[in-house]
Order: sequence, then C-alpha cells, then structure tokens
Amino acid sequence: MRTALSTLAVARPRDLAEALVLMRDGAGRPIPIAGGTDLLVYLNAGTQKGDRFVDLRSLAELRGIRAGTDRFTVGALTTFSEIREHAALARRFPALAAAAAEVGGRQIQNRATVGGNIANASPAADSTPALLALDAIVHVRSSDGARVIALDRLFRGYRDLTMRPDELITAVELPFAPERSVQFFRKVGTRRAQSISKVVMAGVLRLGRDGRVDHVRIALGSVAPVTLRARAAEASLAGIAPSPVASYRARAALMDDIAPIDDIRSDREYRRAVSGNVLEQFLRSADPRFARG
Amino acid sequence: MPSSRTLKPAPVSVGVSIPKLEAGEKVTGRARYVDDIAVPGVLHGRTVRSTVARGRIIRVELDPAFDWRGVVIADHKDIPGENVVALIADDQPLLAADEIRHAEEPILLVAHEDAERAEAARMAVRVEVEPLPAALTVEDALARTALVHGDDNVFKEITIERGDVERGLAESDLVVEGEYRTGWQEQLYIENNGMIAERDGDGLLVRGSLQCPYYVHKALMRIFALAPDRVRVIQTVTGGGFGGKEEYPSMIGGHAALLAWKSGRPVKIVYDRLEDIAATTKRHPSVTRMRVGVMKNGRLVAVDADILMDGGAYVTLSPVVLSRGAIHAAGAYRWRDARIHARAVATHTPPNGAFRGFGAPQTLFATECHLDRIAERLGMDPLALRLANAVRIGDVTPTGQVLKESVGAVDVLTRTAAMADWTRTRERLTRENAAAAAHETRRHRRRAAAPRPGSAPAPSARRLRRGIGLSLALHGAGFTGSGEVRLASRAAISLGADGRPVILTANTEIGQGTITAFSQLVGEALGVPPSFVIVHDPDTRAVPDSGPTVASRTVMVVGGLLEQCARAMRERLELFAETPIAGADEFRRVAKRFLRERGPLKIERQYEKPPGITWDDDTYRGDAYSVFSYAGCAVEVEVDLDTGETTVLNVATAHDIGRAIHPVLAAGQVEGGTVQALGWALLEDVRWKDGRVWNHQLTNYIIPTSADTPPIHVEFVDDPYTYGPRGAKGVGELPMDTPAPAVVAAIAHATGVRADEIPVTPERLLAALAAREKS
Amino acid sequence: MSRIAVTFTLNGARRRVRVAPMKRLLDVLREDCALTGTKEGCGEGECGACTVLIDGRAANSCLIPAVHADGATLVTVEGLARRGGALSALQQAFVTMGGAQCGICTPGILVSAQELLLRSRGRVPGDAEVREALAGNLCRCTGYQKIVDAVRAAAREAMPARARAARRAPKARATAKARRTAKRARRAR
Repeated sequence: MRTALSTLAVARPRDLAEALVLMRDGAGRPIPIAGGTDLLVYLNAGTQKGDRFVDLRSLAELRGIRAGTDRFTVGALTTFSEIREHAALARRFPALAAAAAEVGGRQIQNRATVGGNIANASPAADSTPALLALDAIVHVRSSDGARVIALDRLFRGYRDLTMRPDELITAVELPFAPERSVQFFRKVGTRRAQSISKVVMAGVLRLGRDGRVDHVRIALGSVAPVTLRARAAEASLAGIAPSPVASYRARAALMDDIAPIDDIRSDREYRRAVSGNVLEQFLRSADPRFARG
Repeated sequence: MPSSRTLKPAPVSVGVSIPKLEAGEKVTGRARYVDDIAVPGVLHGRTVRSTVARGRIIRVELDPAFDWRGVVIADHKDIPGENVVALIADDQPLLAADEIRHAEEPILLVAHEDAERAEAARMAVRVEVEPLPAALTVEDALARTALVHGDDNVFKEITIERGDVERGLAESDLVVEGEYRTGWQEQLYIENNGMIAERDGDGLLVRGSLQCPYYVHKALMRIFALAPDRVRVIQTVTGGGFGGKEEYPSMIGGHAALLAWKSGRPVKIVYDRLEDIAATTKRHPSVTRMRVGVMKNGRLVAVDADILMDGGAYVTLSPVVLSRGAIHAAGAYRWRDARIHARAVATHTPPNGAFRGFGAPQTLFATECHLDRIAERLGMDPLALRLANAVRIGDVTPTGQVLKESVGAVDVLTRTAAMADWTRTRERLTRENAAAAAHETRRHRRRAAAPRPGSAPAPSARRLRRGIGLSLALHGAGFTGSGEVRLASRAAISLGADGRPVILTANTEIGQGTITAFSQLVGEALGVPPSFVIVHDPDTRAVPDSGPTVASRTVMVVGGLLEQCARAMRERLELFAETPIAGADEFRRVAKRFLRERGPLKIERQYEKPPGITWDDDTYRGDAYSVFSYAGCAVEVEVDLDTGETTVLNVATAHDIGRAIHPVLAAGQVEGGTVQALGWALLEDVRWKDGRVWNHQLTNYIIPTSADTPPIHVEFVDDPYTYGPRGAKGVGELPMDTPAPAVVAAIAHATGVRADEIPVTPERLLAALAAREKS
Repeated sequence: MSRIAVTFTLNGARRRVRVAPMKRLLDVLREDCALTGTKEGCGEGECGACTVLIDGRAANSCLIPAVHADGATLVTVEGLARRGGALSALQQAFVTMGGAQCGICTPGILVSAQELLLRSRGRVPGDAEVREALAGNLCRCTGYQKIVDAVRAAAREAMPARARAARRAPKARATAKARRTAKRARRAR
C-alpha cells in the first residue's frame, strides 16, 4: 500500500440529499466511493489523488433493480453479481449479463457497481460497451436537481465525463431492445477470466420485415480514449441486407470509428484487426449471410 | 493415475499418498508466514532503488521538508563487512555505492515503526544520477554498445562436443535450421519476498521466506564479517519459491539485517507485489539456433546448437543456469555428433536467476520445436520421429555420459501417446479443421434458421481450429556435474527427549511436501508411521547444511541421506534393545531407554557420489547428473482465428521419476509445473520500458487462472533408480520442460503457423496468421 | 486523521474496532483483530489471497475500506472450521487430496469455494463451474486440478446421504472419471 490511508477522510452521508450537499460543499472536490474496487487499486499503487471521500455505499436510494413495462431501471450501486443473477434482467439484456459475468472474478463482481464502472470512465470498462449498445440513459443528480444523460453523451475524453464534479449517478435506465433483435458481447483479454480487455465489443442488431437492418448498435472498449459507439460502422449497416459485402464495408467503416494505441496490454495493430474480426463475428452470429465466402 | 481413493493410512507409507502433514495449519489459517509474525518494536524497512538502467550516483538528498524523526537510514557505508551478496562471482553489491548497473538496483534503505511513514520516507529520498548509455538487449551487449561485464559482456561460455558435427551434417540427407526464442518469466509465488532481521546477542537472527537457509547464512557472514555461529537463519512458512527464493533472500535478508544492525531494532522488509515483480529475479530469456542433420528415414545424426541467455547485470546464478541449459540442449535423443555452444550474456537489466527448470526448459523448447520442424520436413509423424531417436539404456549423451539405468524416455512417450490417443486424435482434429474451414468458406445463400436472441455468438460464428502436439524431455536430478560432490551435503536424525525421531536438514518445505516425503522415507526405514516423525524447522543453528532446496534434489539426494541415517539409527536401537523394533510405541520405549542409558543419539550422513560417476568441469565431459528423469506431454489446444487466442483443452503427461514416494504430491508437482509452463508458453510476457519492467502489476502480468487451465492427466512410469531412496529420482522441475513445445506444436497443427518464440501471445499469433494469409 | 468505530460480526462474534475509515479490511483483520489467515498477495484484487465472506459474498478484503465493513457479517478462513475446531469437509478435502501446497492462496481459495458451496447447496458443481467460481483466486503451485477435485469432493460430502447413494456408480467410476472430466470440459468450451 503506497498511499498513507490513515491520512484519508471519509464522510458518511445518511441519505442521498446529504451526499449531494457533501459533494457540493466538501472541501477540495471529494471523491465518491461506490464499490471501491478500482479506487483501492489506485490507492495501492499510490496514484490516486485527493484525500477526501464520500461513501455512497449505504445510500438505499441508489440500490435496486426495477422492472417497468418497456424498460428496467438499475440503481447505481447495483453490483455486477446482482445484474448477473437477476433472471428477468439477464433475459432482456443478455449482452449486459454477459458483460457482468466477465468483470473481474467473483470477488470483484460482488462489490463493483454499475454506477462506479460508468463514473470511473475507464476506456477498458467491461459494462459500458454493453450499456452503450443498449441505449442506456444515465440518471444523475446534484443538489440543484436531477437530469438524465444518454450514456453516449457522457464520455467526453480520457477519464473525462460531461457530468459536473458535484453530480452523482443515481441510476441507469435500460429501454428494452427491439423485439427479435440479437444481442452480442465479446471481451478479448489475455486470459479467460479476471483480465482487463484488449478489445471489448457489444452489439444489438435486428433485421426488419423487409430483410434489411432496421436497428443496429455497435459499441467498443479499449480501442479509443473512451468506450464508444461505432457510428460509422452502424451507419454503413443501416437499411442494408445481410451480405459479405455489407460485412466488409462495416468493417472498413469501423476503422474510422476507433483509434487504438499501443499500451501495456496490447498494440494498435492487434486491436484494429480484432475489432474488425469480432465485428464480423457479431454480424455472422446475427445472420449467417454476413459471412465472408 | 494417482487417485484420492488410496489415502487410507497403511503400515507401509512410501508410495502411498498419506494426508499431507503440512496442510492442517494451512487450511485453518494458523500457519505463520513471515508477514504474519508480530515482532514487538519492529521497524518496517523500505528500499530506495534506481530508476535508470545505468548511471553514476552523483548524490543522495533527503528532502529537507520531510520529518525524518524516527527514520533509520542505511547505505553502503554502513556495511560492517563486504558490500557484496556472496554467491558465485561475488560481483553484486548489497547497496550500490556509486555505479548503477540496472534499474531497480538498491541504493539506500529506510525504516520506521510506522509502515506509512517508512513508505513516505522512501518517497522523500532523491537520488541524483548521471545516466549512462545502457546495453538492454543481448544483441546490444554482444555488439558491446556498452560494457556491463569484463571486456566482452560474456559471463560464461561453455562448449560441449562429441564426434564431428561438421562431418555429421555433411553426411546427413537433410540439414534443418531454426532459431527459437523464449521470454522472461516471473516466478510469481503468491507470497512476496519478505524477511525479518534482529540482533541476537552479538550476532544476527534472520527469519523469512526462503528456499536455502545456508545461502543466506553465507551471505550474511560476509556482509557483517561475522563468524558462522553468530549468524542464525530460520525459514518461516514459505508461500512458494520456484527458484525465486533461492538467491534473492540473501539480498533482502542483508537489507533487513543492515537496518537492524544499525538501529538495534528488529526490522521487517516485506515487498509489495509491484516491487517484487519489478526488482527480483526472473527466468533467463534465451535465443537458441539449431542446425540438425537427419537421414531420410528419420535417424538423427548431428546437432549443432548455439545458445544465448540473458543474465542481466550481475553474475548471480547465470553460469550454472547456462550449464544446465547447455547439457539439456540435445534433448532426450541419441546423436552421433553433437556440438553445443552456450553463452550467458550481461545486460543492464535486473539480474535473472533461478526458476524451476533452471535453463533446461529454454533449450529443450528449442530442441523439441526443432524436432517438430524436422518431422514436418520429413513428412513423418512427430511421435514416430521421437520414438525412433529417444535414448535407451546404453546410449551416450553429448557429455559422454552412458545412460546405465532407469531410462524411461520411450516409456513416457508411449504412455503419453496412449493417454492422448495420439494418432486418432490427430487425425480427427485434422478432419474437423478441414470441415470447419469448408463450412466457413461456403456461401450461405439461404438464410439459416433464425438465430435465437442471445449474447453468446452462435457456434458457427466463431472460427475455431484445434490441434494436438507432443513433446519429450529429460531432466537431470541434483546439482550439475561435480556440484553435489562439492556441496557435500549432510543430513541427520536425532532422538528427541520424547523418544521420537527428529529429522535435521536445511531443506525447506515451500509447498512441494518436503516434510511429508521426508517423514515417509524416515518413518518407513524406522518402522514407524510418518506422523510419528518430527521434522525440525530449517534453522542454521540446529540443522546441518544439507544443501539448497533446488534442482529437484531434495527427495533424491537429501531423502537418500535421511534413509541411510534412519537405517543406521534403527540398527543401533535394535542392537541396543536386542530385538527388532516395530511401531511407534516400541520405538519410543526403546528410544527413551537408550537416551537414559547411553545419552543423546544423532546420526549424520554425508553425500557420497554413486559408484562410477565422473565429471570434468574443464572439458564438460562425464556424468553430468547421476541420473535423469523423463517426461512426455501431449497438449490439445483450440485457436480462435479471429483473436489469436489459444485455449488449452487437455493435457496428458507421463513421467518417469523412478518411483513416486507420494503419488498425490508428485502429481501435484507435475500439475503445478505444467500450468506454470502453459503460462510461460502462452500468457506470461514481461514487458520492458527503458530497462524497467513495465507490467509490474498482477493486473498486467498475466498468469493462468483456474478458468484458463484444462484438466491435466498425469501418469507415472515406474522405473526405480538404484541410488535414489526407494528408487526415487527428481520431479520438481521436469514438468516445466515439456508443455511449451507441445503447445507450439499443437498450434502449428491447428493453424499451420509454427511459432518460434514464446509466449505465443494472441498478438504474435494473429500477426503470424495474417502474414500467412497474405503470402 | 481521526479514527472511526467500526462494528461487525467476525466469524460469529461481535467485534468493534477503532480504525482509520479508509484502512483496508485486510489490515483491520490482520492488525486489529489478529487474524492473519487472510493474506495479501497483490493489494489490487487480482490474486484473491485476501478473500473473505462479507454478508455471505466473497470479496477481496484488500479492496474494502473499513467503513464498508461497518455492520457487516464477516467470515475468514479462521471461521470455516466446525464448531469445536474440527476441520470442515472442505478443509479436510484440501488436506487429503493435495489441494494445498505452499498454502498462501489456500485461505482465499477456501473462502471462495465456501461461497460456491453456499450457492450450489445440495448440488455438486461441475468441473467448469468450479473453475469459473475460483477464477478470482490465483494459485501458482497446484495447477488447480487438485483444488477443483477437492471442492467437488467436499460438495459431494455435503449432499444428503440418499442423494449421494443414488449418484454412486459402480467401481469403474474412478477410471472413467478422467475421461468424463475431459469430455465435459471440452463441451463446456
């Protein structure tokens, strides 16, 4: 442990309102703690800045999974185990359930929260590509009031959010994906479990009655400073009938969406190639006519 | 296959898997590892290290703004004796004085009773260094871009010759060439390095996580200019070693002791994972060039191997690692002509050191990969090529050693092939791969049944190929060459006051089951159950120097000495009692009477080499080891063509270790070694940045998890060795030798791409697949 | 900096400690509660040697600040034995089947396995299921095979006797077992 933990102060609000006041008035921009599974890693390495924290864990308002008629609302403190084990949620959002099952090992899934994963804004986050592909909407609140932000408007740059520092994520809203659509999630890391991704991709795709793509979402992680929607690849597929050419064009378009780098876990070339390959795999799995002959 | 169903206690214990004697404390959390020991008044030590690979220390500055009260500081000037970590060449300082030869080289030590303050103090030390150009690769070192060692950057050069290689190559039908590379590997014991030192009267007491108490003992004597009896070293329960706690504990033990010596307080240094990965030793990376001459019928004629190993900045154990690597480079095959040329090269990187296998896995990787390449060129089955050339009794190795007994090469190959159903599996996988490829290239004109919504890609959407590969290896048990003779290990058994036998050795239990295996051997020879035997803690004040716990020597060499001691003790007691002794009660009664009437009893034996063994260090001729163990290994893999990821599906491995004293523990060694080797082959990639380990976090240095690990099927071939206790040979390192080349062969079978460098990371494999598609 | 009072149930007993709020639960257990069975292997939630049960769920105690333990129910390796100190079926299986080598990962693995057994009560988890459940616990000694075998043996032990008898096949089982495990794993992948 390379941080002097005994010098750190933690405020323990009793409810959300108190937490929001602390976030607003706390000296020196306090840092919220949800599951702590990333925060403690940074503290261990001595790379975490700041010495004032606000503990959110006991805030009941941020818990719970609520099912509506056309959407689910997931409290920000919902853990990945809770997502994984919620049968109705997992049935509706298999891509998210698959992502939840690949966030670290069991011990991490039991503690890490969906709100924390979003707020931490890591480009390698496992859940945010799935949430992006599912058109997730983030509920945030400050002492001034509440607002909603589409998840893909939240990430501005490397670990940089369009949220204000005094705002907290309270919940994630997940509209049902279109009927008959196919969901996809694939995390590529070095090993099968407990790894940080080199490329992670989630997708949702539906063919309309006319046999053409009428809904498509593709989102990736670890290939840019933020997890992102692959807008160019999506656009290339919209209204198109499945074919090897469509697959090829989507792959080419995807290269404009992503900007991977060489880093400690992988390299640019690999990430580009794998992003393209996994996209093709997604398309093949959605409809075999996408397969290249 | 050893089975958990043979666990009932039996009158005969050797060869039976009794419950592991060490395990009770470990499953309850009672076992005390070094960091679990509370020492009143202890200070926490931290190490200030170099951040550059090479340079000259201009000055060391203590931040004047920092509150230095209560901080103990020690540097090279505080060393009472020599500033050296004694090992082979004595070239490595305990603390750098002015010259820095590698990143993370220790420069200064701080300690405080509050661990947080000690860490803050470490951060408040500024070392000003004049950076100098560094040679960070073997290629740079051989080109002498900068000098690390001597005038050529070569720590050690070895040549082994038998017959006439040039003639052999000329007379062969085919000469096959290849170059093979292996990377660094971190031992990654789960317990980091740690030691506690304190003044003990006018001497020193050092306790900690270590494999070789007498190595630390010797090093401390030199650092502190103390007589042997004033230095006491005790091993604490140790959370894994794999060679990583062979020589490094002398360094960290010396540091803790220096702070304790200066402050008069006990000092504990326990590394965190970041420091342990960044600063401690790794497996030597290697480059091996092979030229092999072979006849059309598959008979191997001549091997010409040129080996380079990167030793890092100081000699440490590189000469002997190189030696073992060179001797094993010819593999378990019969050659008429052989020439093996090997060099350990100095670079400005942290010293590499002991790691399970000790040089042999590197060269065997090259040899075994090369055998597969030859089989491919000849159009021969890799198993058939190996069977045709594997050593048998009477064959002669490149050092001129005649293999006289317990030569299980053919047996382990045959058994491995049977376990893996080699021929049929290989044919089946070839067929399945062809079918999968055909399926993927077929145009899907008609829409298949509508896919069900789901997250996992439909099976047909993944492009997977499977393959199986096989390898063979041998591993010499015990120290190389005259090493065991020079060690002249001593082991003893004494009688405790309660009438129970007490084993006295310096050999350490680091997970492999030393205590259980020793108790079995001694219990059996004494006619008492293993649980009746006491094994004394490795404590240099109480136990003789039975040599280090390395080199697969513990059971074969030290177990052998103990068996002799036990037989002699039993004879003594039976003569005294004038009746045969059977069972613990009788033993205790006789022992107590002996103690009353005759006084203490301690029987000690010293190593003597088996008859007919000779070795010449100058010419590298003779019996490199008293005996070799053998292993065959078959690995089945699945490669994802879209990501380059390789999944190991199955491992079947047969081992000839003479005879297994404890089949479950022996299988545990094989399974653990196998997975470590799979990690080396596929995942474990030490990445460097400016001479420093970049991925020094466990998040980024990736070892296999249970989910990456396949079922492993282990069988033992029974081929007892006359001079091993109850027929036992070595087992600890052998399983590290075979899996990596088998993985490479399996990937080649699956994809047609033959990787010559490990780890075969997805990045490397995908690039190779893409390159092949282009060509 | 100021300390706070943290109260929890630890291995069945109420405990109250005064600690810095961000102190790691790992250190609270080892230093303030003198329970050193929980180990530190990496400090970053990768190795799982520090795994404890917190409210019935496995978690890395190196990533849990003391404040998060307030009001929690904790179980460490020291709390796994039966009343009176006899080894649990899980612990015993590790001893007899070679599941513990150097032992430093063992406490964390036992706790993760305990969570799995709690989750799959009355059912013997498959080989692949055990491997997935233990993927957050690194072991460098065993190659995991004997750990997986021991966890499944303990689960079998915990099953009601009648269910166990119904599952028991003829003697050929032992030799057929290896082949079946392989087949299962192949299918699972």
